[in-house]
Amino acid sequence: MAAPTTTLPGPQVAERIRAALPSIALEEAGQWVMLEPAGLPEAARFLRDDPELDCKYLVAITGVDYLDHFELVYHLSSLARNHLVILKVRVPDHEQPEVPSLTPVWVGARLQEREVYDLMGIRFTGHPNLQRLFLWEGFPGHPLRKDFLTLPGGFKPGLQRFPKEFPEGQEGSP
Amino acid sequence: MPIHTEPFVVNIGPQHPSTHGVFRMRVTLDGERIIDVEMVVGYLHRSMEKLAEERTYTQNIPFTDRMDYLAAMTGNLAYCLAAEKLSGIPVPERASYLRVIFAELQRMASHAMAIGIYLNDCGAWHTPLMYLFREREKILDLFEMTCGARLTTIYMRIGGVAFDIPDEFIPALRALLGELPERMSEYEDLLVENEIVLMRSRDVGVLPPDLAVAASVSGPMLRGSGIVWDIRKADPYCAYDRMEFDIPVGYNGDCYDRLIVRLEEMRQSARIVEQALEQLPGGPIRAEVPLMLRPPVGETYSRIESPKGELGFYLVSDGGPTPYRFKVRSPSLLNLSALKEMIVGMTVADAVVTLGSIDINLGEVDR
Repeated sequence: MAAPTTTLPGPQVAERIRAALPSIALEEAGQWVMLEPAGLPEAARFLRDDPELDCKYLVAITGVDYLDHFELVYHLSSLARNHLVILKVRVPDHEQPEVPSLTPVWVGARLQEREVYDLMGIRFTGHPNLQRLFLWEGFPGHPLRKDFLTLPGGFKPGLQRFPKEFPEGQEGSP
Repeated sequence: MPIHTEPFVVNIGPQHPSTHGVFRMRVTLDGERIIDVEMVVGYLHRSMEKLAEERTYTQNIPFTDRMDYLAAMTGNLAYCLAAEKLSGIPVPERASYLRVIFAELQRMASHAMAIGIYLNDCGAWHTPLMYLFREREKILDLFEMTCGARLTTIYMRIGGVAFDIPDEFIPALRALLGELPERMSEYEDLLVENEIVLMRSRDVGVLPPDLAVAASVSGPMLRGSGIVWDIRKADPYCAYDRMEFDIPVGYNGDCYDRLIVRLEEMRQSARIVEQALEQLPGGPIRAEVPLMLRPPVGETYSRIESPKGELGFYLVSDGGPTPYRFKVRSPSLLNLSALKEMIVGMTVADAVVTLGSIDINLGEVDR
């Protein structure tokens, strides 16, 4: 039986990128490589064309809102070598987030970047058709942002716990 | 000298039987040929990713089968595997095998629907669909027997499955598996060399292999283009590493190849179910998991081969009872990435056939 897919460790990928593209600022962690938005297209093209990394398949693009900055997570995969590379981009500007588009590198980025733009509000410069995908043009705000329609005072709907978890001596709703 | 006419815009959908739900193609025509296409989706958008951030990990399971409502089991399975990977919960052996059995039955049901609807689009109005519904009906009966629901089966749980199979399940499944080879050869006799199917689907909607990889398509579409890639083999989950099966692939990447790949995958699924039934061990069906699961801080990406393609979940936990980020990598949406390249230059009738062969599910496209 074939071995399961390996996720390439961050330092290994980072070393390979550094050797070829010394100008790109990046930092590595256990499982991923973190980039600045400016170096993204160049690094992505290298990851795709490098024979050892061979990331011809873009698995997913995810935007995560960390309140003071955004993080874009690119899961890349090599079908021939059966490994996964995780590339992260830190988008520091929470008001006007902008990242270069990867549509020239992977065709599959077209719909995914539109989805991230629609729901998370990150603009991809250079995208040929950056329109909202699910919601209509003119929809106020971007729903997946953490500050979208939050209740005042940070309250969340629901109890946030089950009755079994209530403290001693307290029953029913708090 | 080619004659050009004024560009003419036709809206196919959102309410049209060939769009499989609420999908709209804005097609620009020059005479009979399509020169541009723009897809409009979102009519079924329920913002599940946002809703899931307000609910606990267990409460999120029902969302996953309302995504691809024709393949609820695999949606449940993908999410439960991701949550288990995030919190490091081991799954009992019996549960892994039951998951394989139900995921493969679901794949057969989903492919039966896909093939039937595809022939519907080709012009064989409802007759093949009703034939293939016989198998699907029996599979849904098995689901109902086990968990009480036919379509939105909230059957998988984090750490196992919800119910053990009842006593009458195995005889019913054996009866189904017994008659399946005969039924499958009947369908192959009817469809594989059928003149209408050949005329309507060969060299229509061709997706070359390099474009298929660049456009992130997955599942039967990727295999139809000749790329041997199946996550059940490449990244085995549950008990798939102990199953023996083949990966059918096509040669030309046209609609016909995708049809043949789906037909053959139904046979292979039956093979897997038979093996899983042989090896099915006893023991518990669910691990002890706290009701209010609090996975450690971290993130994970976990994927399975759903009937439509690679279904992945990317979960980020901040240590709380609800996911910080709940992302679905939906195969139906990404299989549409290459839609424009596939249908530009063809007629509207061929575009409908091509869309049928992609086998999208709008619940999963829009989420």
